[in-house]
Amino acid sequence: MEAIEIVLTVNGDERRLAVDTRASLLDVLRERLGLTGAKKGCDHGQCGACTVLLDGRRVNSCLALAVAHQGAEVITVEGLADGDDLHPVQRAFIEEDGFQCGYCTPGQLCSAVGMLDELKQGWPSAVTGDDDDLGDEPSDDEIRERMNGNLCRCGAYAGILAAIKEASR
Amino acid sequence: MNRVEGVAKVTGQARYAYEYPVEGVCHAVAVQADIPRGEIIRVDAREALALPGVLAVLSCEGAPELADTSDYELALFQSRTVAYRGQIVAAVVAETLEIARQAQRLIKVTYRPGEFDVRLTGTHPGLYRPDKVNPAYPTDTGQGDVEAAMAAADSSVDVTYTTPALHNNPMEPHATLALWEDGDLTLYDSIQGVSTGRDSVAKVFGLPPEQVRVHAPHVGGGFGAKGSPRPNAILAAMCARAIRRPVKLAVTRQQMFSFTGYRTPTIQRVRLAADAGGLLTAVAHDVVEQTSRVTEFAEQTAIATRIMYGAPNRGTSHRLARLDVPTPSWMRAPGECPGMYALESAMDELAIECGLDPIELRIRNDPATAPESGKPFSSRNLVACLRAGAERFGWDGRDPRPGIRREGRWLVGTGVAASTYPVYRSPCRATARVGPDGRYTVAVAATDIGTGARTTLTLIAAAALGVPVERVTAEIGDSALPPAPVAGGSMGTGSWGSAVVLACRALRRALDEHAGAVPDTGIEAYGDTAEELAGQQDFARHAFGAQFAEVRVDTGTGEVRVSRLLGVFAAGRIINPKTARSQFIGGMTMGLGMALMEESVMDHEFGDYLNHDFAQYHVPTIADIRDIDAVWIEEDDAHLNPMGSKGIGEIGIVGTAAAIGNAVHHATGRRVRDLPIRIDRLVG
Repeated sequence: MEAIEIVLTVNGDERRLAVDTRASLLDVLRERLGLTGAKKGCDHGQCGACTVLLDGRRVNSCLALAVAHQGAEVITVEGLADGDDLHPVQRAFIEEDGFQCGYCTPGQLCSAVGMLDELKQGWPSAVTGDDDDLGDEPSDDEIRERMNGNLCRCGAYAGILAAIKEASR
Repeated sequence: MNRVEGVAKVTGQARYAYEYPVEGVCHAVAVQADIPRGEIIRVDAREALALPGVLAVLSCEGAPELADTSDYELALFQSRTVAYRGQIVAAVVAETLEIARQAQRLIKVTYRPGEFDVRLTGTHPGLYRPDKVNPAYPTDTGQGDVEAAMAAADSSVDVTYTTPALHNNPMEPHATLALWEDGDLTLYDSIQGVSTGRDSVAKVFGLPPEQVRVHAPHVGGGFGAKGSPRPNAILAAMCARAIRRPVKLAVTRQQMFSFTGYRTPTIQRVRLAADAGGLLTAVAHDVVEQTSRVTEFAEQTAIATRIMYGAPNRGTSHRLARLDVPTPSWMRAPGECPGMYALESAMDELAIECGLDPIELRIRNDPATAPESGKPFSSRNLVACLRAGAERFGWDGRDPRPGIRREGRWLVGTGVAASTYPVYRSPCRATARVGPDGRYTVAVAATDIGTGARTTLTLIAAAALGVPVERVTAEIGDSALPPAPVAGGSMGTGSWGSAVVLACRALRRALDEHAGAVPDTGIEAYGDTAEELAGQQDFARHAFGAQFAEVRVDTGTGEVRVSRLLGVFAAGRIINPKTARSQFIGGMTMGLGMALMEESVMDHEFGDYLNHDFAQYHVPTIADIRDIDAVWIEEDDAHLNPMGSKGIGEIGIVGTAAAIGNAVHHATGRRVRDLPIRIDRLVG
């Protein structure tokens, strides 16, 4: 095994560690840094449960090799709240019952936060019309399009949609 | 009420089985058979063992003996037999996951392959009649003369529906963390029942149950796939014992298609006969399905047909083929889900034959007492659900003619189907305790697999104690708590809640008799439902519902979109509307997947489910769910349990696929009788 030392800033804390070159960012977070919020649902980038914000953008951390992200800034679900003050998306998920078993939830939350930022930056999606103003509250279809990489087998999508709309206001 | 563990779940603090921090924990991965049937000649682990960081390889060569091998799926490495492709034949334990996965690929297993058969057909030469169907229903029933009624009918249908193999696919893959200490075993397991799970694991290892403890405070879904210990639990414990260190093991998504259970494919013939007034004269439902060569699981697919509609001539049957496949198991509403798909689709076909509205046909045939058994229903509000749903959905005035509503390139149609699920309850115990601080704790070895059980039990306890919910905590998810049945069969809340109510009532009596302040040690009382259950009156207890779907079918591509989905349910008293609505909608969402996309495809050449990941086994995404809602009608039923509730975890999936299929027919005129309703089946 080859180990390489890397530095990551995770939820604001600088973490220096030697990682197996084969280790995914997800496994490093979960197994080395004790941050088990990001979930392993498929390990193949097919379910979105491992979604974290990597340098501000949402990624499937199971598909990211940790060594390839030297110096990166990572925000996981553990880093969304400000102390005991929940992020508006977290509050809305609770209020709208946007989860049941909770296993896809960390990925949904990070994805939603990343997505709302993409909207703010005016990035269009496949369903964005020429005349749509992405600065407005996103339409249901925008949210559905942008969140469909995050699977939820409990079928909490109705609550997830309502929660993201609520948080986007 | 919001989920009591809501904050823990949205902040990443809720720990699942694989996530407990344990000093010195090692990682195990499973090696699977790559032949569908045969004998293992040799397991060569030399290269794997030579890899630095590898601690052990377990296989049939020198494996530790297990005390009980009656469950083939759990009797790991106890023989050289391979009964299906994907069976666990070895495991490697290493210091890290990366090393374990590298070593996994270095283990060489050689086999003597045998002839195999993985193809289910309606005329399979090996079809046999099981002694009973899951869990203990009669295999066949019959009365009158179905053939004669069919011959004499004014209207009839004789149709065959098929459903494919389906995989539960909870988002959390099965996982176990195992620790041995002085001969005692502790498991953090992803499982739906900690009491029953402990007993099963103890039996496999020949331990008294008190030497095994199972923790499952949070479980990432199950839908039946975690209804009993799966091989991961046994394997993690075997590995931990072998290396004398804690071991954890997570099943991969791909492996979940092999050894954690699935719903059998079904081939279902439904015959319905009616007189000129649309009254059923015959109902017959004959099912062919599969089980594995090593363990019999007989899905009770036709049982709902025994209670749905009245008719003097009737029959149901189940036949199985033993194939060289993984053992099928429970998946959300085993029996009712595939069975009601066929029955409710056939009812739609009969309504057209009779020239009756499909709701009217169901209303006309709603029985006063349970057909076959003759028992009175404790409550039956199917008709009320159909009527309430029709009004809410805007059913009245629906033009029954198929294939005539066009909106641009879309054909639009609507469909309805009935839904049902039995009310089960199992014996359960619980304790209720009050401390000197005035806080109440109820304890029961229940599990919350996403159902909201922790929240619901808190509400039940607060109501029974007559105190605000803020002062009540529900302790669950630990086999050291009073024993409880599994979170399955939609009986969790009914079973656990009954015991909690008894314990709370006993605590109130104890408090009434107690003079002075509550001592530092608190006051505790106990509830046990065994007696109450034994004294239950003989009723047919079932929840009912009506599902309405509106679909849009693209005339160019055959793409189907479910633009509206409405479920109306009659399920006794709803304890927590917020989580109940989520459960109904969640079931309906899974039913939409069954209707349009879910399908595990058997590789007949190599004997395995081919599409074993989320890229190929498609489940509904948020983009598939448009206007979806679930509502319920008030239902007062004094013959259920102290809460007056019926189970709601499974009924949501029952009937959804039929409602969607019926809507697709209404939209297009095309009756697809094989699920899922794939594009090629619509445009082909």
